[in-house]
Amino acid sequence: MTMLITFITKAIGQGIAILFGATGEIITEKSGNLNLGIPGIMYMGGISGLMGAFFYEHSTDNPSPVAGMIISLICALLVSALGGLLYSFLTVSLRANQNVVGLAITTFGVGFGNFFGGSVSKIAGGVGQISVATSASAYQAKLPFLSDIPVVGKLLFGYGFLTYASLVISVLVWYVLFKTRRGLNLRAAGEDPAAADAAGINVTAYKYTATIAGCAIAGLGGLYYVMEYLGGTWSNDSFGDRGWLAVALVILALWNPLNAIWGSLAFGALYILYIYLPGLTRATQELVKVIPYVVTIVVLVFTSFRNRPEDQPPASLGLSYFREDR
Amino acid sequence: MSQETALQLKGVTKYFGETAANDHVDLELKKGEILAVLGENGSGKTTLMNMISGIYFPDKGHIYVNGKEVSIGSPHDAFDLGIGMVHQHFKLINVMSALENIVLGMDPPEGGFSLQKARKSVMSLAHDYGFELDPNKKVYNMSVSEKQTVEIIKVLYRGADILILDEPTAVLTPQESDKLFNVLRSMKDHGHSIIIITHKLNEVLEISDRVTVLRKGKNAGTAATRDMTVDLLTEMMVGEKVDLDIWRTDPAEPRKRLKLKDLTVLNGEGLPALKDVSFEANSGEILGIAGISGSGQKELLETIAGLVSPESGAISFFSKDGDKEVDRKDVTLSFVPEDRLGMGLVASMNVPDNVMLRSYRDGKSRFVERKGPLETAKAIIKSLAVVIPDLSIRISSLSGGNVQKVLLGREISLSPDILLVAYPARGLDINSSFTIYNELNAQKQKGVCVICVIEDLDVLMQLTDRIVVLSGGKVSGIRDARTGTKEEIGLLMTSSEKKKAEGKDGK
Repeated sequence: MTMLITFITKAIGQGIAILFGATGEIITEKSGNLNLGIPGIMYMGGISGLMGAFFYEHSTDNPSPVAGMIISLICALLVSALGGLLYSFLTVSLRANQNVVGLAITTFGVGFGNFFGGSVSKIAGGVGQISVATSASAYQAKLPFLSDIPVVGKLLFGYGFLTYASLVISVLVWYVLFKTRRGLNLRAAGEDPAAADAAGINVTAYKYTATIAGCAIAGLGGLYYVMEYLGGTWSNDSFGDRGWLAVALVILALWNPLNAIWGSLAFGALYILYIYLPGLTRATQELVKVIPYVVTIVVLVFTSFRNRPEDQPPASLGLSYFREDR
Repeated sequence: MSQETALQLKGVTKYFGETAANDHVDLELKKGEILAVLGENGSGKTTLMNMISGIYFPDKGHIYVNGKEVSIGSPHDAFDLGIGMVHQHFKLINVMSALENIVLGMDPPEGGFSLQKARKSVMSLAHDYGFELDPNKKVYNMSVSEKQTVEIIKVLYRGADILILDEPTAVLTPQESDKLFNVLRSMKDHGHSIIIITHKLNEVLEISDRVTVLRKGKNAGTAATRDMTVDLLTEMMVGEKVDLDIWRTDPAEPRKRLKLKDLTVLNGEGLPALKDVSFEANSGEILGIAGISGSGQKELLETIAGLVSPESGAISFFSKDGDKEVDRKDVTLSFVPEDRLGMGLVASMNVPDNVMLRSYRDGKSRFVERKGPLETAKAIIKSLAVVIPDLSIRISSLSGGNVQKVLLGREISLSPDILLVAYPARGLDINSSFTIYNELNAQKQKGVCVICVIEDLDVLMQLTDRIVVLSGGKVSGIRDARTGTKEEIGLLMTSSEKKKAEGKDGK
């Protein structure tokens, strides 16, 4: 029983970072931008939040957790949004190939994370020596009383505020995309920018806004991982391929943020399943780790069978748009 | 003139690279009139209209709306000025409903946006003008004429006083066109000013008050429609007298070459696109396929060509003298598909390389044999009068007519026994169209079995020998093109749908 509860809470812990990334990627892809830079952006969000907190904590003798939290939050949002701005500028304004730009940003973002992670480690005194425990404590703060309820408290209330934020943001993104006028316009821009343009929609503005907002959301995933999951430390490459899982989750969720919530939980569970399955060898462990990717492929196969137009990717995903193209 | 001017263009010029698509064009639209803009393909009609609707920005010139000079930088600006355009290739979002498409991109009305309120006003608007509209129907489920209705309502809902329709009848049946014209007349009575772009002369005479003719990007003159005739209009459009009769020869010793028996074919969604289709096609004749767009024409040609396998039924081929059945591989079959640059040719390759797509198996060397295709390419260019600056340029930079000539030329160069052609002259100017028609006739004289899908009934009646009419994937009739009438074919095109509707009422 306790084992099961631990498994579920750990699965949620794994899933939240992926959920942030997937939600950000969904709103981006709905505008027609296939941002493969999301994994890099998440690294950038994580390291910049960490650096903000680190330099703040080192600049005062008596750092306050709340101030550290706010500073790191702003740093993470700002840097990942800048990544989105860069992506939008290259693909929307300069009409560069989206795949190439996205992969470049991922390569860049991972390097950015590792470079600054390494530099800050050096300042802190060596590998694994970074600690922003004060700020992280604000991220890890749990709801008083409620989290003390046995079982239910641990399952539902035993998380920091970013966990709940990720759910709220997913529902919010769903609401904006499918229930509002702006969401309608945004989806139109992703389906057929020429038609959207002819209907009077400012396609460029929508693509920029969606991509930048999407990157900011994804960046929170990196911040969550560093602050709440790791508790305010850094080790190079430890974020791993969670960013790619987020991109895969978008397909699994059929571009619907509500599906992404369930999907992220499933991915999180599958991601750590190997730790909880008894009797696995090194080799079979690796096989179990493959499951999330297999699930994505299976889902892809099934959705292509079903062929419902609403479940398809946005029709103009990955294509750049220029009004005067002939 | 007592009528006020709704829209005026003065010296509007637009360059694409070095070429002027519009060269100092003047145009005037009066309030409450229907102005036809006539011109061959590539004469700059659509470019000009795109500048009025904010898609393109003019390089030079002035645009006046209701007497005031304006600058139209985006479609949104055009809407604000009361200008709306129904594009030839509909600008609709497939996965969205009619209603969602109509309200798309609009500024929120006072009191906030609500889909329910919008539905009410859209439906009352549709009712006022006599449109039939199902607001919840998804665009991907709509027929072409339904999509057009959504486009027109979308423009009207934005409060457009000036409506531009780009080749609205190109995809409609004669009956649907009549219905559209009634709607246009009713809009005119409501005080709207309308520009209709077309290259069909009889439509100009039927619907418009005045006509402006464009030729090679320039205004070739404006006249009151009542003073014009088909011959006068053609002369203005082409710049010289043209003989408008299509050359048709008698069938050359027709022998059975192809037989379809109870052919049933499913489309991508698993629904039947063709149902129990049976007919024979002969050598030395042109068999026309008529039908509303999407009645199974595409699937029919693709099935005969072997690109799609039928669910049931059989296709059999016959030898030259028509007496014995032969294998598919003993028959040379050429196919000119509807999607010329997508399916027929590789847009980014030049003419010889495209010719090579059909001859790469020839030759014995390990290396590509370029000489033969190059010669063939030169021959095609010469015999079909393809206008091309040099052989190395990519196909996509040729005009539509020249692309079609290259494609047809390549298919003919294989000396086929059976030639399948989809929409041979769609989007082509008069001169190119006649080049193509003549070439099809020449093939028929050589004893080729030509099967042709054509949407323009006038052309179909004049060019072909027999006509197979498709309706909802079924053969609703086979008629002799020389004795049949246009009305008869038009009715056959919609026949089974009518029966369906009657059947529903009966229940």
